[in-house]
Amino acid sequence: MEPADHILLAMLIPTVGALLIVLARSNPNLREAVTLVTAGLLFVNVLQLLPVVLAGGRPELFGFTVTPGLEVAFQVEPLGILFGLIASFLWIVNSFYSIGYMRGNKEPRQTQFYVAFAIALASALGIAFSANLFTLFLFYEILTLSTYPLVAHHGDAKARRGARIYLIILLGTSIVFFIPALVWTLAIAGTLDFMPGGILAGKASGLTTGLLLALFAFGIGKAALMPVHKWLPNAMVAPTPVSALLHAVAVVKAGVFTILKVSVYIFGSDHLLATGASEWLVYLATFSLLAASVIALTKDNLKARLAYSTVSQLGYIVLGAAIATPLALIGAGMHILMHAFGKITLFFVAGAIHTATHKTEISQLNGIGRAMPFTMGAFFIGALSIIGLPPLGGAWSKLYIALGGMDGDYWFVVAALMISSVLNVAYLMPIVVRAFFRPPDPDEHAHDHDHAPVVENGSFRSRIAEAPLLCVVPLMFTAFACFILFFAPDAIQGLLQGMMEVPR
Amino acid sequence: MLAQHLPALQVVIPLLAAPLCALFRRGFIGWLIAVAANWLAFAASIGLLIRVLNEGVISYAMGGWAPPIGIEYRVDLINVFVLLVVSGVGAVIIPFARTGTAARFNDTDQAWFYTMYLLALTGLLGVTITGDAFNIFVFLEISSLASYVMIAMGRDRRALTAAYQYLIMGTVGATFIVIGIGLLWAMTGTLNLADLAQRIPEINDTRPVLAALAFLTVGISLKLALFPLHLWLPNAYAYAPAVTSAFLAGTATKVAIYLFLRFFYTVFGGGGFFSSTPLPEMFLVLSIVAMFAASTVALFQDDVKRMFAYSSVAQIGFITLGISFVTEAGLTAAMTHLFNHAIMKAGIFMLLGGVMFRLASVKLEDMAGIGRKMPFTMGGIVILGLGLIGTPGTSGFISKWWIVLAALEKDQWWLVALILVASLITMLYVGRIVEVAYFREPSAKAASVREAPLAMLIPAYVLVAATIYFGLDTNWSVGLAQQAAADLLAGLY
Amino acid sequence: MTEILADLNYWVTIFLLMGGLYIIVAHGNMVKKLVGLSIFQTSVYLLFISPGKVLGGTAPIIAPGFELYSNPLPHVLILTAIVVGVATIALGLALVVRIHEAYGTIEDDEVQEMEAD
Repeated sequence: MEPADHILLAMLIPTVGALLIVLARSNPNLREAVTLVTAGLLFVNVLQLLPVVLAGGRPELFGFTVTPGLEVAFQVEPLGILFGLIASFLWIVNSFYSIGYMRGNKEPRQTQFYVAFAIALASALGIAFSANLFTLFLFYEILTLSTYPLVAHHGDAKARRGARIYLIILLGTSIVFFIPALVWTLAIAGTLDFMPGGILAGKASGLTTGLLLALFAFGIGKAALMPVHKWLPNAMVAPTPVSALLHAVAVVKAGVFTILKVSVYIFGSDHLLATGASEWLVYLATFSLLAASVIALTKDNLKARLAYSTVSQLGYIVLGAAIATPLALIGAGMHILMHAFGKITLFFVAGAIHTATHKTEISQLNGIGRAMPFTMGAFFIGALSIIGLPPLGGAWSKLYIALGGMDGDYWFVVAALMISSVLNVAYLMPIVVRAFFRPPDPDEHAHDHDHAPVVENGSFRSRIAEAPLLCVVPLMFTAFACFILFFAPDAIQGLLQGMMEVPR
Repeated sequence: MLAQHLPALQVVIPLLAAPLCALFRRGFIGWLIAVAANWLAFAASIGLLIRVLNEGVISYAMGGWAPPIGIEYRVDLINVFVLLVVSGVGAVIIPFARTGTAARFNDTDQAWFYTMYLLALTGLLGVTITGDAFNIFVFLEISSLASYVMIAMGRDRRALTAAYQYLIMGTVGATFIVIGIGLLWAMTGTLNLADLAQRIPEINDTRPVLAALAFLTVGISLKLALFPLHLWLPNAYAYAPAVTSAFLAGTATKVAIYLFLRFFYTVFGGGGFFSSTPLPEMFLVLSIVAMFAASTVALFQDDVKRMFAYSSVAQIGFITLGISFVTEAGLTAAMTHLFNHAIMKAGIFMLLGGVMFRLASVKLEDMAGIGRKMPFTMGGIVILGLGLIGTPGTSGFISKWWIVLAALEKDQWWLVALILVASLITMLYVGRIVEVAYFREPSAKAASVREAPLAMLIPAYVLVAATIYFGLDTNWSVGLAQQAAADLLAGLY
Repeated sequence: MTEILADLNYWVTIFLLMGGLYIIVAHGNMVKKLVGLSIFQTSVYLLFISPGKVLGGTAPIIAPGFELYSNPLPHVLILTAIVVGVATIALGLALVVRIHEAYGTIEDDEVQEMEAD
């Protein structure tokens, strides 16, 4: 098969999968099998494109012209293949986990859940492989719409409210800021194609570039840059696999991915550096990542704390895109990957705790490590990766961003990153400490004994009260992956280096 | 030979079919006649489009009496575009009409309903195709009278008062138009639009011509429901039978917009004259107010049909906004949105007809939880609603894109902002429906409903498919609109 | 004075126009509104017919001995307009009958009151 076919298949496989899921709705086992097979096929399919891109190829697929200047077209480049691989790979892991979680919690409307998930993946792949801003925007909106039913999954007043905020902020920012940015870009550059070196380089003045960058930065609400981050904590009402989708697999990743694409292929890093038009964004992103960390400290709800942690971590990526030196951009791209694995682990843990004990607040977690040692062990590893400590993957991306900051003479960035790491420790580690070193609260078990029959002095085996196997294995797997990724920075850097190469 | 007489056939087919329906007095036969007549009319429109694209403007002397004494039918790109919209939307709606109509009316009433439908179609096509000013008035009244009857046939008694109110306002509007035409005739001695277009520009600063302009503006604005002359519209659309709402929303106001363009651009001499009057500024302001006021009112409606009726007023604001720019991009945007909105709104009213058919109500509270009971109906409404918002991938996005482009071309950033914020309000009211329909427990009424019958769903889904198709391929919508816009600006006829 | 008289037809037109419109707006009774509408439309007939009159001309029927004819076109037009007007009033009255059946009144404000609840 030609590479172009693989591009088409990348969007077709999950779409067909969604249809088959609908057809298999009366048989849950078959339905889940369809999801897993689809996810597997998708990953294998995307993987076929990797060697081509590594060899310097840029496979293309032209769709059609909608109206002059607006084309639906696809092109696979390093950043896109990276995002595509992350999304399609984590879908497999997440699907296993979903099965354990959705069945373990006896969630309603499971077919709707799997269908929306598959469509979300199709649009994520569309975003990853789009060759121009319009195509990206098209799939960006489909992603918003397909994830809306997922956020509103529970259907109660709280879920509806969260989903409403989710939709209003994401759709609203894209209509009010993203569309004008598109029109303006088209007016200046005459094209919306992603081109190495940028299409606005030499055509837009510093002021125009700065304003345009602001439209993009706030129009791409999925990147959750403060102050348009509110949708993310509000979307926490959704079931945990959905949170994993939002935080790790597709949604916020699509946001920061878009910011990076815009920075590299629309503005061009050289143009941003030369005009200094992105300087304000460096300050804002730094503020965003610090402020979100501080807010995370104050949250007792585990998922809310993780949500603000995500806002903070996304700040790193936007920061990298704003600094725009090669190292910072590679660091930002790498952080998409590293954060995906770290954060999905943490969310899986939150979901596993909920499935096993129905606990949601951090203050309830005293001693839970005794009952769920594998789960909390994975949490520890994931947390270390988010903090950025070796020997875990997260260490590299933060290092690259810091080095990139030095390249760009943003010394305060280095300081801010260090402060932020300390804050990360401050809001993640207490959870681990609580779980392993505090004795369990006695009244809690009496209340919840059928869920967590913790026996103080029993044998190791009898103390264990883990979540279903399908919940625990995926989270251990992703934790392990954080560790593996520590040894892969060269390969990733080699891949991402390709996005800087301007064809002569 | 047949191609030669296409302009006459376009109007004559539905006109002759109308009394046939009445004669047979049988619902089913009436419906068959209506379907056949409407589809033939659509075929005639397509034939006319092909001819116009190949040969340019077609002039047809009705009854062999040469213009300007005889009545001329004149077809150019601008009106063939509108003819296509009118007959095309009708061709999709009429197959849908059978189920709902047969369930509610006895045989005789059904036959009369189809008679009225065909007369309304005749009138609208006639207004669009004719090149004679007085003929416009006559056809306008044929279509209006027929649509008053069609509205009055709604199941709620408020349909009667809505029809009455529309009759009063519609007649006042039509009379204003005919006064304008009379003044133009008194000044030029001709009623032929092409003749008028030649003579008026020389005297377009005289007082009677300006008076004519004023009368025409108010009269046509009433017909096209420009804010604040839209008062007849919400009730008329809300309480009429689904077929009527869908048909009128898709065609009647659109034809009025065509009339506006025809008079102000063609007859009064291209974009130059229009921009020399204070009308563009007035239209700009009224359009913006329409976009915001009507959308906001829509947001607070509890009756979904009424909500979308107000939405129509807002969307008409988008169209007139494009007209007020007096640029090619603006007119392209207006014509494109005329086309796209006709499809979207007709589709929404058809699907709501399906809801009404099963649920006997389109109140928001009664629609709680029907997303799962009527997945295809609601799915279609969601897609069309996304189109109204202007989500990419739907034809609504293309309209918005062109309007934004047009505003940008005039360097009016504040307008871009207003257009987009107005889209946000659209998002809010569409979102309100989605939330109630999907994430509430079914109401007592909704618990027992089933999916709408296929005979209603399939036609509606043709329009849903069209909304997506024209969001991705714009050769026929924007492509034609762009050429028509250029002709309008140049005052070609 | 002669100037006013010269344009008498227009003055009458305007009088009928405004009078009709006033009745439509001011009266709550639906039949009276239709009467207003009818007067309103009648003004148009006058507007069209009067400029068609040629002084000294006769009815536009070709006959020996007559050279000067009035313009026949407005008559034709207004004949059509009258038909339209009759149809409108007929339909309007039919609607009023139905409204009376449904609401038991033909007063605008009373109907609106009933619709409100």
